[in-house]
Formats: sequence, structure tokens, C-alpha cells
Amino acid sequence: MNRLATGGLVERDKPLRFSFDGRAMTGLTGDTLASALVANGVALVGRSFKYHRPRGLLTAGPEEPNGLVTLGQGAAAEPNTRATVVPLCEGLTATSQNRWPNLRLDVLAVNQLAAPLLGAGFYYKTFMWPSKAWEKLYEPAIRRAAGLGALSGQPDPDAYDRGHAFCDLLVIGGGPCGLAAALAGARAGLRVILADGDLRLGGGLLSERRRVDGLAGADWAEQAVAELAGLKAKVLTRTTVFGVYDGSEYGALEELTSGGARQRLWKIVARRCVLASGAIERPLVFTGNDRPGVMMAGAVQTYLNRFAAVAGRRVTVATSTDSGWSVALDLLAAGVEVAAVVEARAAAPSAAAQAARAAGVQVLTSAHVTKARGAQLSGVEVAQAGGAVQRVACDVLAMSGGWSPAIGLGANLGARPAWSDAIQGFLIQSPPPGLAAAGAAAGRFDLAEALRDGDQAGRAAIEGLGLRAPDTPAPSAEPQDSAVASPWRTPQKAAKAFIDFQHDVTVADVDLATREGFVSVEHLKRYTTLGMATDQGKTSQLNGHAALAAATGKAIAEVGTILSRPPWLPVAIGAFAGHHRGRHFRPERRTASHDWAAAQGARFVDAGQWKRAQWFARPGESDWLTTVNREVTATRAGVGVCDVSTLGKIEVFGPDAGALLDRLYINTFSTLAVGKVRYGVMLREDGFVLDDGSVTRFGEDHFYVTTTTLNAAKVMQHIDFARQVLWPELDVQACSATEQWATYAVAGPNARALIQRVSLDIDLANAAFPPQAAAKVRWLGAPGRLVRMSFSGELAYEISVPARLGEAFVRALFEAGQGLGVTPYGTEALGVMRIEKGHPAGAELNGRTTAHDLGLGKMMSTKKDFIGRVMAGRPGLTDPDRPRLVGLKALAPNDRLRAGSHLLTLGAEARTENDQGYVTSAAWSPMLGASIALALLRRGPERYGEHIRLHDPVRGPEVLAEACAPTFFDPAGERVRG
Amino acid sequence: MRIPCPFCGDRDASEFVYRGDAAPVRPQTDEGFFDYVYLRDNPAGPMREHWHHAQGCRNWLVVTRDTRDHTIHGVVLAREASR
Repeated sequence: MNRLATGGLVERDKPLRFSFDGRAMTGLTGDTLASALVANGVALVGRSFKYHRPRGLLTAGPEEPNGLVTLGQGAAAEPNTRATVVPLCEGLTATSQNRWPNLRLDVLAVNQLAAPLLGAGFYYKTFMWPSKAWEKLYEPAIRRAAGLGALSGQPDPDAYDRGHAFCDLLVIGGGPCGLAAALAGARAGLRVILADGDLRLGGGLLSERRRVDGLAGADWAEQAVAELAGLKAKVLTRTTVFGVYDGSEYGALEELTSGGARQRLWKIVARRCVLASGAIERPLVFTGNDRPGVMMAGAVQTYLNRFAAVAGRRVTVATSTDSGWSVALDLLAAGVEVAAVVEARAAAPSAAAQAARAAGVQVLTSAHVTKARGAQLSGVEVAQAGGAVQRVACDVLAMSGGWSPAIGLGANLGARPAWSDAIQGFLIQSPPPGLAAAGAAAGRFDLAEALRDGDQAGRAAIEGLGLRAPDTPAPSAEPQDSAVASPWRTPQKAAKAFIDFQHDVTVADVDLATREGFVSVEHLKRYTTLGMATDQGKTSQLNGHAALAAATGKAIAEVGTILSRPPWLPVAIGAFAGHHRGRHFRPERRTASHDWAAAQGARFVDAGQWKRAQWFARPGESDWLTTVNREVTATRAGVGVCDVSTLGKIEVFGPDAGALLDRLYINTFSTLAVGKVRYGVMLREDGFVLDDGSVTRFGEDHFYVTTTTLNAAKVMQHIDFARQVLWPELDVQACSATEQWATYAVAGPNARALIQRVSLDIDLANAAFPPQAAAKVRWLGAPGRLVRMSFSGELAYEISVPARLGEAFVRALFEAGQGLGVTPYGTEALGVMRIEKGHPAGAELNGRTTAHDLGLGKMMSTKKDFIGRVMAGRPGLTDPDRPRLVGLKALAPNDRLRAGSHLLTLGAEARTENDQGYVTSAAWSPMLGASIALALLRRGPERYGEHIRLHDPVRGPEVLAEACAPTFFDPAGERVRG
Repeated sequence: MRIPCPFCGDRDASEFVYRGDAAPVRPQTDEGFFDYVYLRDNPAGPMREHWHHAQGCRNWLVVTRDTRDHTIHGVVLAREASR
């Protein structure tokens, strides 16, 4: 075991059992999976992406490139999970990735032998011939060989929650700086949200042995969190802010532990934001720097101080900053053997160096590690200024190449970070509105400085919101002896010196890319894939750009860095989808009598969000056509009832209501008499048909408009646009009433008899209530509306009752109609009957047809202006050669006409230029005993009687049909007047 | 993105439906309809646009938005803007 007997923020009396690759292990409460693995002496945790090199943990935080594992198994398995951010829990099972048959013996490690062939862009170069082999052979093989964890391939069994939050101040990061900022804000009464990816707040305070306000760092953090809770600040632990969006919106992902959902996606709107995301330590680049045992110095320190775990027995520290020395001293204080400190600078910090020497540590200045030895680290080679190389035996190398501010979020909205010589790193120059970086994220690395900076950032937010900051002092700490700025070394040009650990990009790859001309940072990224993996180059980006700068002879400030886009950390698609899955993907709208229809055997079809009854199968009816034929025949012979509640309904009120409708429709409504209904057609301003429907006038100032089901929202918007934007001077209001009314079409020769049996208290005789009549009625004391209009071609009425009475009304209708053979019919029968009557519907109103095309040109008023009038008069839209609406009737009784078929003249070759139009709607007409269709045919109305070929290369052989007027049934329209 | 609706206050952009450039004015005569229907500028910078608060008060709005960074400089009711 690599666990120290004392120290750390772990609970030794609360052990937790877990397994890694099937091996049972024990960790402690307070551990992460990574720290538990370190404590259990597990050095090898994964295999690298391309070369399958053995890899160990590099870091102890969310930036981890190597320690990716799959948690759990089966459908709930979570691949590519960073072991460094997973709190250990009882029974956790983790599995390593990208190896076969197992982690120790990985067959594909042979890839390392082929490394010279697998350099940057290798797949563009090596696998070029023959070209067909790419898809079938090379790509699948490469994909199998390279990669990280695999998805289960099963539906995600987890639930995901969604949260929305609003605050005055969002603090990203719960380290010392973030806590100071949050405290300042909360003390001034701001609504504060503090979000941190860690389970425990404190950030670096948990890793380092520093004191704040006289308290141990971790204790101070705990006290700060308690104060924040008392001030009603919202503290979100295990919550990573992953993106900054327009309008001061922030996306965050919260990992949930207990019951219910797996994660919660937060959308946080914050008036001010302090980015206190800290800094990420930079690896040193030398041969074999990816060997298990080579770790970041800060990580060694975190495992030591927070988790009381040491990754080995004998540690060498290689550093170019003071922070490496604090790691060495912490190790010595804990009784861990430190073999040497390899200091890149000419002079080591004197006090630290003295203490180290006194403990028997070899101190090497102007020195750097040139090579890591052993598959599992057994020692390092160190070169000193004079060129002398010596070996140092060790099983852990703690390396520190300085720190890079973690500014990715600050650059999300497109601001390019700028290089700072002072801190040898990139900083945000023009942050998004309302956001300010503070502490290490702003290059202020020292603890004392970060605390002060966080406090000041909090105060700036308070004052920015027009409030007064309280007089409480900022938290304080002893400043460190010397400045943190690091004279930072460019990467060595050496073999197998890794820059991007997760994507296996080496210095040699960067050099190759440079030689081949990929000298912009963005090109370098895409060509070498540097920084493109799940870690998005958090540890590699800067070293990569430094290598590019070295290779091109430029300064790193000139080379620049890449833009950072959300998400900062991987976010599962499921988290974005949230509850919107399966049946909840979008709302489902049901009409008032849905349940009644279901009980009648309805099969439902989607019409937008609506569920509409498609047909009502009866026992013994084995195919839908039998059912639909029965519904049509019963309606035309007796009476049928169809639920048409889904049609859009709009109430239009006001003295200028008629004037507005005149401008919206091609025909005139201001002259419509009260108590009458009229069919109307609307155009778009470009002259094509937008929608059709009926308009009823119930009063001088009151019209009632219906739209097609699918266009209800669009037409409502169109009417609002017309009355608010185009003609605001008109005194007219409009309001959607689609959901307020349940509407039923009652059609057939017995329709009048049926309606007379439900007590609507109205005279329905032809003279009193002729075709196109409309009236307000009452049913059981409730308001209702009765309109005599027909879509089926039968004597028909549409009755509306308040939606809450819809089911009761339809039950009353069917009870009353028992002796009349009343039959429910669905959208299929409705479609058959309207095709038999030649009424255009959705398939004809397809956005590409004009009123003229549909045979409705004569409806266009020449006495008034209306939307679309001018553009509908364009030559192209009035060309007689355009395809226009006709009927088609199959010549052979058994032939079936199909919608979508293209029309050809007899003898013409089936080529685009011979296309004469296409079939829009087709149906079997039980009345005619034939397959019929509506179609758009060039010069259609001039070609009645002509035989036309229906060409359908996808579904079937050609069939012949005769063109005819698009009214197949009762062309004189006598039945409507019955 | 959030849009400060003059009627409802600051609301999420997903409540709104975008229409486009608010500059073209419907011609009073039969001339100029082609430009009105089809020709649009595509400025990089502030642009007055029509948005419909479809999931809210159902007002048409004129939103002045910077097309480069989505900064919203002002919002008025369209019926007031066109008067």
C-alpha cells in the first residue's frame, strides 16, 4: 500500500470497496478513484490512443489526459471517465480502455514499432491506395486499433435533469480566489452561485499546506462554505461550468450522486461572473515523459496532502518554478524519500534548496531531465549545463513546467487570448461582457495574491451592480518568498517526447507538420490532432504551441493560441436532451374526445403534435382499406362524424376585422353577411398559397377563422404580423382559440336528422339554415357554434362546443344517432372524400403552388389589395404552362395510382425534361370503384381526356390514367344542398 | 441569448421566432415588391430585426441586434416602431 499512516482529508475509519479491471481493492471515504488507485499501488491505468503505450495517472484533476476508465457495465457504462474526478463509492467498478486482451499485455502495443509510419497525418498519406480500400479496410482497421472507451450501443438507461438559475454573481471555481469572491458578493447581499467540479471546495488549498486567516487551508475553505450557506448563496459542488454563451448565459453540468437523475444540466443567467478556474500545470517534454510514474508535481502534491497517498517510494522532482520545490519539501515532511531536485534555472530558491540538501536530497541546477528509463519508471537521465549526464534512480518523477491560467471559458465567445511575458502564459484580453478572470486564471498564482484578487473581483461585481461593498477585510495568507513567474523551457527535440498524451502527439509530429507547412496553430491542431481529444489539450496546448514556435523560429506570442469553444469538459448528449426523450421528445396534443376515439378502435396518426384518429377498425376488419371503405360508404349513405378539433381556430374582433381579413385573403370578407361562412385562401407575399380555411362572421365586429391543422401557428403569426407590423392603424385583435373548442364534422344524408336529435335549439330546415349558414347555438346551456359547410361533399355541419364538453358531446351524438347508423370516420376517410371532391389539402398546398395552379385563380379579387396580390401576377406564376390541378383516374380497374409518381405523355422517355408534373394525392374511391388521384399536370385543365403515364421508378411499374376534372363525385354538388 | 421583451421583460431567445430584417417596408403601389420580398442586406453590425414573442405575449418586436456578437441594443414593439 502507498497510503501514509496519517494526514490527508480521507476518513480512515470508512473504507470503501471497489474494483479495477476485476481486481478487488479498498479505498477510503474522501478518495477519488485516482487517489484510491495510487494508494493501491496501481501505476498502469490505461493504454494510449494511437501507440497503445502504457500510461499512468498524470494529474489529479479534471485536466487528466491518461486516466480514462469505463465506469459500470452494460447499458449504464460510462466510458472515458476521468478517474481523477470520480469520488470513490462503495462497489464502484472501473475498467481500463483501449487494450486487448488486457492492460498489461496489449497486443496492439506493436503499433509502437510502426511509429515512424504513424506520424502526423499518417492516415492521409499511408492508406491512399487503392482508394476503395479506405472505406472497407483501412478506416475500420484504424478505428478498431485507435481509440478510447466504447459506448454500450444500448439506449442510455439514465435520466437527466435540467435546472435554470438566475443570479447576480456566478463564481466559477471554488478555490481560494473563488471563495473570496463569493464571500464578498454574498456578504453584500448579492444572489451568488458558486460552482466547482470537485466534491469538496478549496481547490489548491486541499493540495498545499498553506494557511489562510490563521487556519489550515482546508479548514478555512470549510468555514467559508458554511458562511456562504448561511448567506443563502447557492454552492454547487461537482458542477462544472462548461460554456459561456451570449447574453451572460452559462452552461453547467452537475454530477448527481443520490437517486434519480445521473446529471443535471444547468442554464445559469448571471449578471456578473468571476472566472476563478485556477491554472493547469504544464508537463516537461523529454524522451519517455509519458511513462507510468512520470506525473505532474502538483498532482504528486495533491495525492500526498489531500489523499495521503504516494505513487512510489523514491521521488525525483524536476522543475522550472518554485512550486516544484514546495512539492519536494512536502514529500520530505511526510517522510517520503526524495532522490533529487532537478532545477532548470541556474539558481535554486535558497531556503528550499538548503532544506533539501540537509535532508540528503541531491540538488541539480541548470539541469533538465532528458530521458525517463524503464517501461515503468525506474530512473531518469539528467543533463546539466556542462553536458554531463547522470542517472538518478527513482520510481516517481514529479515534473513542473510552470502554470497556464485555465482561461478556456473566457475565450468561448471568440476572444483570442494574448501572451503575457510576465507570467509566461496566455491571458484573456477582452473577456465576455460581465465576466472577469481572477486569481490564477488571471495569472496571479500566489495564494495571497489570489485571495486578494478574488475579493477584489467580488467587490468589482458588487459595485458594477450599483451596490456598496461591505468593509470586511479580504482573506489573507503569507505571501511566498519569490515571484512565481517561470523562465520556461521550450520542449526538447527528442524521440518519443510527448506533448499531447491523450492523442499521442510528439514533438516530432509538430516538427513534421511544420515542415509540411502547417504553421498556423489552427492547422497544426487539425493536422496533428494536438488538443483535439476529450481533454481538449488542457495539459498539451501550450507545449504544442511552444514547439511550433521553436520549429518556426517565432516567438510564442506571435504563434498565438487556438480559440476555445464550449464545452470545456465532455458533456453527454443525454444531458443536453434532458427529459426530451422518447415520448417526451415533444409535447403530444390530444383532442377532447381522444379517449372516446381510442375506445372506438381508433388508430392514431401524427399531425404535427396532434394525435388524430386515422381510422376506426372494427372487429373482423383485417386491413385498413376495408375499414376506410366502410367509413366512406357509411358516411355517404347515412351519416359520419369526424373530429376536426385540430384545425387552427382564430377569433378576430374589432371594427376593422373585415378590412384586415380582406388584406389577408385573396377573396373578400368585409361583405360577408353576419351568420354566414365562406371558404378563403391566403397567399404569402411572394404570391404562393400559404393556407386555406373558412371564415365565419358571427357579428359585425367578430369573425372566426379556421386554418389547416399544420399551419395553425404559422397563420396566427401571419395575422399578428399583418395587424401589428403592416397595418397597425387597423383597430383589430386576434387570438388563437384552437384549444378552446372541440369541433366535429357531421356529414351525410342523415346529418340533419342526427343534429336535430341533439338539442341545439335551432331550426335546421333548408330555408332557415341553408348551405353556408352559421349560428351561435347552445348545448346543455353551454355556448356552441354551428356552421353548415362541407369538406366531404355531403350535407354537412361543423359543430363546436367548449373543449371540456367535447367528449360528452360526441357521446351524445352517437347515442342520438343509433338508429341512423352513425359512424365515426378518421383522417383517411376524410382524405378519400375530399379527393373524390377535388378539394386541395396539405399535399396540394405545398408552398410551391399558386391559387391559379389549384384552380382557385378566379377567387382572387381585383377590387382590393391583399398579401401576395402583386407577386402572384408575375409572368412565371401565371404561365399557362405551369402544372395545374387535375384529376386522374386509373384506366385498368386493378391499377393503383400512387402519390409522388411523375407524369409523362405517352411515348415520352422518362427524363426530367419530359416531366409533365406529379401526383399529389391518391386514394381508392369506393364510390367510383377505382383508384383516383389529384395531380399537378402541365396545362392540366386543357388536357381532360388525355391518357397519362404515371412513372414511379422507386415503387412500381408505370400505370396509365386518364386526366379529368378534379371532381369525381357529385360534380354538380347537389348532395351538399340536400 | 436573451431578449428583453418590452412587455414580458428579459426572456430566453427560445421563446421567440425570428423573421428577419425589419427595414423593408411594404410598398404602397405595385412597384417595388420584388425588392420588398427578396432583397435583403446582410450587415456585419447592428441590424433591426423582426422577432415574434410566440411563446409569450405574441407581440412582434423590432430588436436591434449586433450580428457579430449578438449584443442587443434595443427592443421596441413593432406596432410602435412602424407608426
